[in-house]
Amino acid sequence: MKILVCIKQIPDMESRFKVNGTGDWYDEADLAYRMNEYDEYGVEQAVQLKEQLGNDPDVTVLSIGSDRVGEALKKALAMGCDRAVHVQDADSGRKSPYQIASVIAAFAKDKGFDLIFTGMQSQDRGSAQVGVTVAELLGRTCATTLVDFACADGVVTGKRELEGGMKGVVKFALPALVTCQLGLNIPRYPTLPNIMKAKKKEFVVVPVAELLAAEPMTVTEKLYAPTKKGGGIVLEGDMADMADRLVGILKDKTAVLR
Amino acid sequence: MKALLVCEFREGKLLNSSYELLAFADRLGAEKAFLLVGNAAEAPKVDGKLYLAQVDSYGEYNPDQHKALVMAAVAKENPDYVIFLHSSYGWDLAPRVAVALKAGQVSEIVNLVDGKFEVSLCNGKLRRTVAPQAGPAVLTIQAGAFNFAGEPQGTPQVEAIEVASASGIEFLGYEQAEKGDVDLTKAEIIVSAGRGVGKKENVAIIANLAKAFGGELGASRPVVDAGWVEHSHQVGTTGQTVSPKLYVACGISGAIQHLAGMKKSDFIVAINKDKDAPIGEIADVLVVADVLQFAPVLAARLG
Ligand SMILES: Cc1cc2nc3c(=O)[nH]c(=O)nc-3n(C[C@H](O)[C@H](O)[C@H](O)COP(=O)(O)OP(=O)(O)OC[C@H]3O[C@@H](n4cnc5c(N)ncnc54)[C@H](O)[C@@H]3O)c2cc1C
Ligand SMILES: Nc1ncnc2c1ncn2[C@@H]1O[C@H](COP(=O)(O)O)[C@@H](O)[C@H]1O
Repeated sequence: MKILVCIKQIPDMESRFKVNGTGDWYDEADLAYRMNEYDEYGVEQAVQLKEQLGNDPDVTVLSIGSDRVGEALKKALAMGCDRAVHVQDADSGRKSPYQIASVIAAFAKDKGFDLIFTGMQSQDRGSAQVGVTVAELLGRTCATTLVDFACADGVVTGKRELEGGMKGVVKFALPALVTCQLGLNIPRYPTLPNIMKAKKKEFVVVPVAELLAAEPMTVTEKLYAPTKKGGGIVLEGDMADMADRLVGILKDKTAVLR
Repeated sequence: MKALLVCEFREGKLLNSSYELLAFADRLGAEKAFLLVGNAAEAPKVDGKLYLAQVDSYGEYNPDQHKALVMAAVAKENPDYVIFLHSSYGWDLAPRVAVALKAGQVSEIVNLVDGKFEVSLCNGKLRRTVAPQAGPAVLTIQAGAFNFAGEPQGTPQVEAIEVASASGIEFLGYEQAEKGDVDLTKAEIIVSAGRGVGKKENVAIIANLAKAFGGELGASRPVVDAGWVEHSHQVGTTGQTVSPKLYVACGISGAIQHLAGMKKSDFIVAINKDKDAPIGEIADVLVVADVLQFAPVLAARLG
């Protein structure tokens, strides 16, 4: 069995973001980066399936981006993926979801992956498009937003998360693509020995030009910080002092404190 | 300009959120046609053409067949926009239709700015306007961003629609959310723990604060996913929707899916070490502090 996991590296959402020079994306310099949270569930699920099937599946992890995405790929290898593919693209942030999907589809086309995992969305752009689009371009079955996944004898049974905590149970045969929702499993932390082992695993670099043929289909016109509505009171400084002021405000403005 | 609005149907009922599509199309100034995989009794109360496919034949979730139905309606209407709600139905179906149409897709539109589509990114810290290329485009709109005011009224002109298509997915049915020990919707005060509390052991610090307030403990999703708190305490789109007199968000960033569950609270206090956290946008009071240090001080002051 062959598995592909697609991961994106994204900036820490607690960062302070600045608009870039061309006004159409955020400035990618001076930010701390990590693996997209939704994709960690994909990596974990692939590795769990590999363990469950007696180590048989061969798991490839792929990421499109600049050199720094190598860090996220190394983490995935240390979590248990077998080989990494870095599609090198210094300008991947500004590519449309359709272009990213077409690059992944071009890579996967003739490789015979039985199962592809993506996140349901990326934390920075959050389009929730790339996974489904890859599946459509490859013409294969796709189920999104999975919070439960089981695979036996080439058949997947999964639970899609719907609104309000309800779930939809689905069943389908491989080959397929699934998109992972938060809580699908508990992603492992790479251990030191596995981090060492990961250094010896295959790591391939492919220039994006070899895979990209698609036009963007959508373009960002302008990027900006939302206008602050403000209005709220901001308390800063000494703990005891803030507690006193907060209690004063609550007594004043709400009926909940006697 | 013409828009095809794809309504939603679940457990035998039209979802009310379908009217948000109508509100958005009106803002766009588009002529409207509708598609529903459902039944005539549950047809939306709207004026205009409604393409109706029978849910008995196509199922409530069957993306391959629903895609084929959308494409059949598109062939008849030739719309400029095909519009979905950004929901578990919409984000699943929209990209399938976009690829079939060779159209661009703009996801989770929050606003129209000078006729352009505005979307949010980086957990609400940034916004951008996006333009699809020429030709038809697929759009999904954020749940709750375009409110339909008033009572729906109208009588659609129904046209039955059928397609022959196979599906690789078998839908086995729904599983309801498990019922837990609390009913947050009845609580007057909710103090919620977010990922910012750091680890399971620290949830007790927030639970103590909730107790000092005489309120219930709530939680954001990562805290529930990690198994620190039960699902019945989760606030947000996939948890409870609450509107207490006081909501205290402890170490919660303010993602849209969390806000959707608590923004109607009468008074909102956020305790966060990031002064720019998006929760600050809706908080009446933002306490910029390490919640692990501040919560015990506040609890002592209350108690
Ligand atoms: C379809 C879908 C449905 C979802 N449904 C829900 C839902 O129902 N409910 C929900 O909550 N989420 C839901 N989510 C997830 C949501 O998008 C966010 O990922 C989640 O709300 C983030 O939770 P958080 O704010 O606790 O964590 P984070 O976003 O990680 O934020 C942690 C915050 O804590 C602050 N912090 C860190 N340390 C401290 C400290 N010591 N003191 C004070 N502050 C600190 C940080 O500054 C940060 O702002 C859903 C997502 C999707 C895609
Ligand atoms: N640059 C990228 N490299 C690899 N995978 C990606 C990339 N961008 C998006 N993806 C995958 O597509 C999913 C959905 O992303 P998005 O459509 O941007 O919300 C992510 O969770 C990833 O699994």
